[in-house]
Amino acid sequence: MKRRDFLKAAIGGTAVVALGEAEARANLEPAPEAMGMLYDSTLCIGCKACVSACKQTNGMPPVIEEGNPQFDSARDLSGDTLNVIKVYLNGKGEHKDTVSDGYAFEKRSCMHCVDPGCVSVCPVTAMRRDPKTGIVSYHADACIGCRNCTMGCPYNVPQFQYNQPFGQISKCQMCNQAGVGRIDKGGMTACSEVCPTGATLFGPRDALMKEAKRRLALKAGEVTQFPRGDIRHPFHPHEKAAATYQQHVWGEKEAGGTNVLHISAIPFDQLGMPPLGERSAASISEGVQHGLYSYLALPAVALAGLTYLVRRNTNGHKEGEE
Amino acid sequence: MSAYKPLGSRIVTPPFIALGVIAAIGFFFLAMRFIYGMGSVTNLNGAHAWGIWVVYDVVVGTAFACGGYALAITVYVLNKGKYHPLIRPALLASLLGYALGGLGAFFDMGRWWQFYNILLPWNWNFNSVMLEVGLCVLTYILVLVIEFSPAVLEHFGAKKLLAVLNKMLFFFIAIGVLLPTMHQSSLGSLLIAMGYKVNPLWQTWQLQPLLALLTALCMGFSIVVFEGSFATAGLRRPSETPLLKGLGMAIVGLLGAFLAVRFITLLVQGKLGLLFAFDFASFMFLVETVLFVVPLVILLSPKRRENGGQLLIAAVSMLLGGALYRFDAFLITFAPGVGYSYFPSVPEIMVTVGLIAFEIMAYLVLVKLFPVMHDAGHEA
Repeated sequence: MKRRDFLKAAIGGTAVVALGEAEARANLEPAPEAMGMLYDSTLCIGCKACVSACKQTNGMPPVIEEGNPQFDSARDLSGDTLNVIKVYLNGKGEHKDTVSDGYAFEKRSCMHCVDPGCVSVCPVTAMRRDPKTGIVSYHADACIGCRNCTMGCPYNVPQFQYNQPFGQISKCQMCNQAGVGRIDKGGMTACSEVCPTGATLFGPRDALMKEAKRRLALKAGEVTQFPRGDIRHPFHPHEKAAATYQQHVWGEKEAGGTNVLHISAIPFDQLGMPPLGERSAASISEGVQHGLYSYLALPAVALAGLTYLVRRNTNGHKEGEE
Repeated sequence: MSAYKPLGSRIVTPPFIALGVIAAIGFFFLAMRFIYGMGSVTNLNGAHAWGIWVVYDVVVGTAFACGGYALAITVYVLNKGKYHPLIRPALLASLLGYALGGLGAFFDMGRWWQFYNILLPWNWNFNSVMLEVGLCVLTYILVLVIEFSPAVLEHFGAKKLLAVLNKMLFFFIAIGVLLPTMHQSSLGSLLIAMGYKVNPLWQTWQLQPLLALLTALCMGFSIVVFEGSFATAGLRRPSETPLLKGLGMAIVGLLGAFLAVRFITLLVQGKLGLLFAFDFASFMFLVETVLFVVPLVILLSPKRRENGGQLLIAAVSMLLGGALYRFDAFLITFAPGVGYSYFPSVPEIMVTVGLIAFEIMAYLVLVKLFPVMHDAGHEA
């Protein structure tokens, strides 16, 4: 075989397989009984009761800044923080849920993607998507700590405990992790349970999606009832005038959608949400990987060819000869 | 009888001691990482989960270690036997480079005491590019040990074992060509799942594996040229320029293919306009392109590629370009979200520098003790 032919064949083969097979997998669909949460930024008052309840449930210490122990001062997700409320501030910051000279709140926690990047990239299946509820869980006993999950997560959610010699990944497991198991017992997440305004609402993804769309259809100022806790059997709802919602349910379609949905009066890019299309990066990555390696067929053929050539060529000449 | 001879010169020289000091500093910080956790040594944060330990030690370092791979294709697949004298030093450099990559991956693992989980089939996630990279690199290190072992067996005069090994060696050589093809392309595929975080000029989606493989081969041939030139100067070996210029032609073809695929991809994906954004990313892309064009200009001229110095410049430029291509994609233009930035800490850099120093020390010891370099009387 001439060098040029070999290179042509090798490059052509890779390109054809990569391009031809890469579109093979579509986004995953929501789990049959997908559970999630609806975060309504316009209802959030920034009290951080959810942050506190989350830490209690998960046995994590508060983050103390500037010697003020009254408040958990966590500014972002970390090995010790699975849920955090961030502030949007513009100009004078006088009016809630207003883009200019306004302020608003935004929750950061695992979005429980329908097509989770962390699950797709984990080499040792330490990240798992529950086939029934769609909850994305973490299993430290399998994890090697490579942190590809953080790299493959569009929201940078999985956090390694860098401050510990024997750390692990921390992420929200929707209060359904071993030892807590609230969802399996028919309960709700701790953050939804303590939210005083219903800004964080727990429930089946379908029901939450319907509720989100009902709110977006309200006229600004229209008084309506907002359920609290678990949408299936809410605590006493409260009445409030609707804000001017952006006509966008975050998580309906982004990168295949999420089980945690967000709605807001501020455009999501200004709240720090990532620039995502509808296609999940995981689906593209898996398309390429399976195109090249399904049943190890391509490597097996290549190895057979290489073994033949190398054997012939090592017999043909001895060291240092042409 | 083998045409390879140990250099036999003194091992402990002033440069060797200097390297030892650097390595000791690196190992000190590495010990801190294990005692106090990664946060005490690195600047990694919530969104920059991979720093230079992954990107240099594994992603770039293993590409630098592709000399053995490139030469194995040349000698054993394409049957160019005249390049055989170059193969042992190249294999040794590959072995050391990959061992460093494997070691780097190990101490970068947050849960290193559970590393064996990746070897247990019931844990395997076949959707994961990282699984393929991990298993493939690990296997390839073992294959490199086997491929290099004749030098050690010759030294100890283990003739029977050598004869058995020589009979089976063709199979390990074949695997040794297959495995880097797989994991070097997969190092590119790792970028796909990172989606928008990878700058659009580097996020070529389905073309990632092909571009990574082409740069790995270019860098593999370049490192052979580089090591050949360096050994000539530093270890006072006879010049191997006539052999090396042939490898230069391989670089021309592969580099041409890389640039063609890269620019056509940008065109098809509608990203050519980004080259004229005159922002940081377009500047870095320009620097890369200049580094890629320099070797093309040198190697396309028959007169220049006869010149050992020019050949060395071409190889170094190619190595820098290939390394920068990977650094840019994984680190320098990597943008995981507002509010996050990363620059390696001094201890973090020292760990990597210390390991490189250790790798060079190991190379020097091994070429002086074992029959690695081709006999000085050799003429190409």
